[in-house]
Amino acid sequence: MAVSDVYLAAGTHVNAVATEADGAILANAWLLIALPLAGAVILLLGGRRTNGWGHWLATALPLAGFAWAALALVQLLGMEPAERSISVPVYTWFSVGGFDVAVDLLLDPLSISFVLLITGVGSLIHIYSVGYMEHDENRRRFFAYLNLFVAAMLVLVLADNFVLLFLGWEGVGLASYLLIGFWQHKPSAAVAAKKAFLVNRVGDIGLLIAIMLMFSTFGTVAFSGVFGAVEQGGQGTMTAIGLLLLLGACGKSAQLPLQSWLLDAMEGPTPVSALIHAATMVTAGVYLIVRSGPIFEAAPAAQLTVAIVGAVTLLAGAVIGCAKDDIKKALAGSTMSQIGYMTLAAGLGPVGYAAAIAHLITHGFFKAGLFLGAGSVMHGMNDEVDMRKYGALRTAMPITFATFGLGYLAIIGFPFLSGWWTKEGIIEAAFATEGLTGQLLGSAALLGAGLTAFYMTRMMVMTFFGEKRWDDGVRPHESPTSMTAPMIVLAVGSVFLGGILVFGYRFAAFLEPAIGAPEEPHAFSLAAMLTSGPSLAALGLMVVGAAAAWFMYGRAPVPREAPAGNVITVAARNELYGNAINEGLLMRPGQVLTKALVVIDTKVVDGLVNGVAASVRNSSEGLRTAQTGFARTYALTMLFGAAIVVATLAVRI
Amino acid sequence: MELYAPVLVLGAIGAAFVVVSMVVGSIAGPKRYNRAKLQAYECGIEPTPQPAGGGRFTIKYYLTAMLFIVFDIEIIFLYPWAVHFDELGLFGLIAMVLFLVNVSIAYAYEWRRGGLEWE
Amino acid sequence: MITETSSVPAAVLSAPTITEQAPHIDYWLLSPLLVVFGAAVLGVLFEALVPQARRRALQLGLALAATAAAFVLTVLQGGSIPAGEAGTTLALGSVAVDRVALFLQGTILVLAFISLLLIAENRRGESAFAAQAATVPGSEEERSHILAGSQHTEVYPLVLFAVLGMQLFTAANDFLTMFIALEVMSLPLYLLCGLARRRRLFSQEAAVKYFLLGAFSSAFFLFGIALVYGYAGSVNFARVSEAIDAGGASLFEDGSGEPLLLIGIALIGVGLLFKVGAVPFHNWKPDVYQGAPTPITALMASCTLVAAFGALLRVFYTAFGASVDQWRPMLWTVAILTMVLAAVVAVTQRDIKRLLAYSSVVHAGFMLTAVVAASPEGLAGAMFYLAAYGFTTIGAFAIVTLVRTHENGPEAGELAQWAGLGRTSPLLAGSLALFLLAFAGIPLTSGFIGKFAVFEAAMAAGATPLVVVGVLSSAVTAFFYVRIIVLMFFSEPAETGPTVIRAGGLTGSAIAVGVAATFLLGVFPSPVLDNLVPQPSEEAAEPAVATADGFTR
Repeated sequence: MAVSDVYLAAGTHVNAVATEADGAILANAWLLIALPLAGAVILLLGGRRTNGWGHWLATALPLAGFAWAALALVQLLGMEPAERSISVPVYTWFSVGGFDVAVDLLLDPLSISFVLLITGVGSLIHIYSVGYMEHDENRRRFFAYLNLFVAAMLVLVLADNFVLLFLGWEGVGLASYLLIGFWQHKPSAAVAAKKAFLVNRVGDIGLLIAIMLMFSTFGTVAFSGVFGAVEQGGQGTMTAIGLLLLLGACGKSAQLPLQSWLLDAMEGPTPVSALIHAATMVTAGVYLIVRSGPIFEAAPAAQLTVAIVGAVTLLAGAVIGCAKDDIKKALAGSTMSQIGYMTLAAGLGPVGYAAAIAHLITHGFFKAGLFLGAGSVMHGMNDEVDMRKYGALRTAMPITFATFGLGYLAIIGFPFLSGWWTKEGIIEAAFATEGLTGQLLGSAALLGAGLTAFYMTRMMVMTFFGEKRWDDGVRPHESPTSMTAPMIVLAVGSVFLGGILVFGYRFAAFLEPAIGAPEEPHAFSLAAMLTSGPSLAALGLMVVGAAAAWFMYGRAPVPREAPAGNVITVAARNELYGNAINEGLLMRPGQVLTKALVVIDTKVVDGLVNGVAASVRNSSEGLRTAQTGFARTYALTMLFGAAIVVATLAVRI
Repeated sequence: MELYAPVLVLGAIGAAFVVVSMVVGSIAGPKRYNRAKLQAYECGIEPTPQPAGGGRFTIKYYLTAMLFIVFDIEIIFLYPWAVHFDELGLFGLIAMVLFLVNVSIAYAYEWRRGGLEWE
Repeated sequence: MITETSSVPAAVLSAPTITEQAPHIDYWLLSPLLVVFGAAVLGVLFEALVPQARRRALQLGLALAATAAAFVLTVLQGGSIPAGEAGTTLALGSVAVDRVALFLQGTILVLAFISLLLIAENRRGESAFAAQAATVPGSEEERSHILAGSQHTEVYPLVLFAVLGMQLFTAANDFLTMFIALEVMSLPLYLLCGLARRRRLFSQEAAVKYFLLGAFSSAFFLFGIALVYGYAGSVNFARVSEAIDAGGASLFEDGSGEPLLLIGIALIGVGLLFKVGAVPFHNWKPDVYQGAPTPITALMASCTLVAAFGALLRVFYTAFGASVDQWRPMLWTVAILTMVLAAVVAVTQRDIKRLLAYSSVVHAGFMLTAVVAASPEGLAGAMFYLAAYGFTTIGAFAIVTLVRTHENGPEAGELAQWAGLGRTSPLLAGSLALFLLAFAGIPLTSGFIGKFAVFEAAMAAGATPLVVVGVLSSAVTAFFYVRIIVLMFFSEPAETGPTVIRAGGLTGSAIAVGVAATFLLGVFPSPVLDNLVPQPSEEAAEPAVATADGFTR
């Protein structure tokens, strides 16, 4: 597939033809993936020899990838917007009997944005980890896994077909599994890793079936082939594919009903939470939905489901975030909620795609910054994660306080910080959707804004203000430069990035060739953003939420032990009974089914004796007895077999 | 089927010969056993005492037997070569020498590794 | 009735006789075989003349050098075949030197080289082989040999003889040569099977079983040859093929000779199917694979399978290529039986070596689908499959040699003991997991490409039901492969867990090559896959010898 077919962008049918790569930078885009992959291989195979310098190599490779991606971006910007979709053939995997499977990469505005986010934030977190993991004897393995993750994530976003995307999808799942369970000596970590693995399998199966369905419907799994043929798919098929893709996205992005693993995943080292479970991997679902835009355009029911799932998750995540005392779990709830925003936007169609991706990028910065800040606090507090045992840390850890504070302001949507620009975009897009649906989705987004302000203020106050509630012997101290420097960079991004992207409609215009533009482009003006109803409402709710949190946790003393709390608090502490629901809906019936099957199986076994039925296992046991160990039996079998062979050849009926 | 008739007849005759001679021998032959008759027949020599645990020949018999077979086969190959010596010429001569060398190497191996020492 | 019994059939008269004149033989083309043969003979001489202390290093060096040199020569000859041509035959048409033979020979030599590394592995002076095989197991004599550190360095020449047989087996272009090759290949293997250091009686039992059943199958094979000779008046594959086209030798102008041919095909088929281990001729495999010293099992599972399939493909594609409609139902039956029964039986296996043996049987079934296809695609698919499977299976058996019940103990074959191995030795368990995933045919491993290629070829040849059975059987096999992975990574280590001994350099390299090949052939299969069968070029002159689907004959 050298030059792909007409790429039908969503909405406005921008006919961006995938052009062939020219120039060394673009044509060798595979290096982006190969660099971190080489790092992982060298570190894993190099063994202890690489202990001394391995982490620096592992940090340098994503940085090199970032530089490469930046050069590629420059080249892309130098092209006509319509030509910015570049298919880079890497090689033909195999071709058998006219069936070719090609490994092609797709460089377009959407994928390059992700590449820059992954390598950029990824490099920063690598640098941070050098300090954070300094005393861990398995630091080399940690960096190898991080590099593996970066490589897999790049495969995911650079793939030009769904099969390669799935490969990356599984790769990040594997890396996530390895990193959540990195501290294997903690049973909770091992359990969490297993849980993430299993829950993700459910989503993966959805994606896999969707891919199979695509192949059987369209005869291809290439993006261009599938998206160009959505018209011929039929409503039912497209809805099925869309819903299955959504299932995949829910698993990876911790959206309801597959959200339960993300909070447990916080058992992993904090840099992992920042990179994988906040900034990049968990947003893969959003990427999948936006990338598959044409499919969802052809399946409005699936698209609406996406938006609803996003809205529900954004509220559920925020409620959980309000009640958790574990700083990382509170942040994880927040991540769920913020991805809910993105999913909601992605479910709005072309109106929301750019908003979703813009929020995804800024969220990558401020949430990574917040996690790194949380990690820095834990670093200074002997790995304590309970916010009730923090307090008054602003003087002890000034840099952490400042960077965390900027991230805080960004996420609650303080005007002119990154989060404000991008979240406003989503709220506006939701209200711009026609009918009651738009009003409901918009209201959910607004409510979420208020809740966000509440739980983030609570976190801020409990951690950095109020009285010292430290355990005995804890001496908080500021973290080393290798940790604070990435935090500062991310904080700067949290402040300015949103404005740079959104102001002047830049980012949306850049993405347009890849994801299409809404039929009525969202008229952007700063004045409108400052004066529109939803915008003012969001600001108002933010102030209310923050004030409420201040009154509850800033003015009143925070008890070191969590109070009993009301029904909602308890429910939220228990993650809205997500695990119980999962157990009730999936595990219990599964177990019952299994038990029932065992009973049936036993009956079947009995039946087998009577020659009624045979399960594989039983026939296996039966056939084993033919393997007597006596050469004479074998010879007889052979003779018997020879008779069969002669008969099938020589006997003519 | 008709094609196989002579083969089948030949097979039947062969089988019949075996059965008939054994049956006739067991019926007609006199049965007067003594110690010498019940001993294993070892080509006329005094039978070797059997190892404890009974009935097994020592592996050395087989070594000797195999050596015999190797040279036996060698002779079989030598015959047709000798008959057509003139036609095969130098090629045949070299081939046969190489063959003999190979067999000798096997012989040398057995000899050096003690295969020919009885005890 | 037989007519004209008085006159000797003309076809018999036309058969080559040894009296004519000295044949012309291109020794250069034979050189890979001659190198291995020469090294083997030299090895026997070393055994006779070199003192024991210096033998092992000398024999190992000789064997490795010979396989390496033979490989280089094989590659050189592969390069000398003109583009678009299959190859040529030599020594009165009894040996084919074509791309298929050279590829398989090269594969055998590489795999044999890796097996030799395993065979040579010596831990504290203790190899996988008996100190003195002729002693009675458990006797004082045996103990004294163990204490004296005796070693059977005959293993190396024996392996070389077996490899020679395998090389010839894939290249034999007439039935007698093929039979000789079969025996040259098999006899050393029978012997090697009985040389295990531990569980000596078990090992000897395996050797005797293998020998008896092998001899039994050889008899079928030989009888089949006699019948086919009777039908065609020649043992040469090209002549046999011509005779089939002509409806038999002139004796059978009325077409009455077909039963001879069909029964001949069947019996030759039995002999070859025994060697590949297809159901119902597979019984020997689990017992022999389990009883043999594991390095020898690795050799048999990889090289012997390649050789046996090479011969099977050549016989059915060239000699019997014209009667494909007759033998196809037979191979359908055998392939289905093999894929289904072996997969089902494998489910309840509890010993890793037996499990791998059954797995080898199932894989033989998958490859039989490519033989059924009887097309160049099928041939290419089977060749790729053989190479891919060979590397993977050697790696798997190499890992088996490392997992012991305790330090200096025997191998821990019981799968139950392997629980939790992923926690204690992640690298080893990870490698095995990769091999098992390749066996299961998971994408990005060589096994996937191989399976895809053979199934695709079978589909193209209209054997869709066979492919359906194959896919279902793969699913069953995937179940027990994944079960081992789950056992290693998700189960609590057993109380009396096994001891993983540190891989020596030799075993370590064998595993590393296996991992690399499994991975590379899965990710970059094209360089190999696309060049297996000559691409028909329209400009090429009429080939010097008759060809069939990439084979010369």
